[in-house]
Amino acid sequence: MMECCYIKEVVKGFFSLCTGMRVTMGNVLTRPTTVQWPRESAPLPDRFRGHIMLLADDATGYPKCIACTSCARNCPSQCITVTGKKPEGAKKKMADRFELDFTKCSLCGLCVEICPVGALDFSRDYALASYSRNDFNSMDLLQELGSPF
Amino acid sequence: MNISLLSVVGYLVGIAALVGLNAVILVWLERKVAGHMQFRLGPMEVGPHGILQTLADGIKLVSKQLVIPDEADKPLFLLAPIVSLVPIFAAMVPLPFSETVQAWELNIGLLLIIALGLLNTLGILLAGWGSNNKYALLGGARAVAQILAYKIPLLICVMTIIMMTGSYSLRDIAIAQKDTWNVLYQPILFIVYIITVTLETNRSPFDFSEAESELVAGFHTEYSGMGFSLFFLAEYSYMFIAAGLATVLFLGGWHGPWLPGVAWTLIKIYSIIFLMMWFRWTFPRVRIDQMLSFGWKILLPLSLINFIITAGVLAL
Ligand code: SF4
Ligand code: SF4
Repeated sequence: MMECCYIKEVVKGFFSLCTGMRVTMGNVLTRPTTVQWPRESAPLPDRFRGHIMLLADDATGYPKCIACTSCARNCPSQCITVTGKKPEGAKKKMADRFELDFTKCSLCGLCVEICPVGALDFSRDYALASYSRNDFNSMDLLQELGSPF
Repeated sequence: MNISLLSVVGYLVGIAALVGLNAVILVWLERKVAGHMQFRLGPMEVGPHGILQTLADGIKLVSKQLVIPDEADKPLFLLAPIVSLVPIFAAMVPLPFSETVQAWELNIGLLLIIALGLLNTLGILLAGWGSNNKYALLGGARAVAQILAYKIPLLICVMTIIMMTGSYSLRDIAIAQKDTWNVLYQPILFIVYIITVTLETNRSPFDFSEAESELVAGFHTEYSGMGFSLFFLAEYSYMFIAAGLATVLFLGGWHGPWLPGVAWTLIKIYSIIFLMMWFRWTFPRVRIDQMLSFGWKILLPLSLINFIITAGVLAL
């Protein structure tokens, strides 16, 4: 009786080891999940939230923002500074200054949701690195789009 | 016997090159195998697919300071890595790579390798004792405790092969397998042998004397720079020798179709080393008491029964 159990145990142990080795060999034969950044990068999920950015009006190419300051007033971290005025001859106000203090932003998305004209969205820019946080505490979001002023 | 000084120097240079190259390739291979077994890529940056990574690491290690702890036993501390590495130069002597490529044909070659393999443990013990560090000492003590559990089954394995061939010479043993490899007669013995050499080379799942999760780094806790890299060199060279012995004892040495003998020997050696790496990255480390009972209760009876049956069959 004892002998039979002992042999069974040894054989069982041996096969369980083989199972383990099969698993690791399977791993070797599947594609590694590692991505060689920065030469290649993993696909971003659709709902990825980078820092907020201003969207442009397709017709004029200028920001859609009408400088209503809803976003700045609703931001729980108070990290948006926006001022605006009317360009000559125009009906609506436009932002002449739109700054984001990204060091405080919690990416909550309230500003994106509240904007009455849909002028804000999350960017997909994740490769942000700098030696100084001063590079992020007043990011000029108008810079990329240009403004009539 | 006519050994000229020149041939000795030539041999030493050749072996030093082999040991160095072997370690460079194996460290890289180990990291690659580890990576791919965990869905990673392993080293990729230095050279194509990171092949030069070990070289870069080696240069870094050599340029680092060898720190000797204040309370350490200095002579022993410095001697330990050397004791661990030097026997390799002697153990490579009788290893046949092909019918003609062999440093020196010794009629007790097998015995020499087995005996020199023990010196590695001495090196580990010296390192453990000389470091004056409790973790290092525990690592060294474990290496010694471990010997008893694996050396006996290992010797019985080797004895069985010697009994089948009737010779201690590795060359004769390889020649005797011209038609059929020993592994076909002795599959169980082959498995026992592979397990015991995994124990002998201190590799996971039996790396008790290193045991990162329990003993920091075991016997080489206090070593840095050159001392550390010598231990590394020794570990991978012992793997090479153990795999070389397995090749000769079980896999027919240099015999194989089409390719030249040296190529076959190297292919077999590196396949066995790959197998040992495969073990390392699959199995978790067992406990020391589990290992001892495994050695005494499973490896020893298995090899002994195998020995007796082989003796019976041979006597018929
Ligand atoms: S995402 Fe949230 S925290 Fe960031 S600017 Fe918009 S409202 Fe403020
Ligand atoms: S809520 Fe929209 S329109 Fe109003 S200031 Fe902010 S970005 Fe401009």
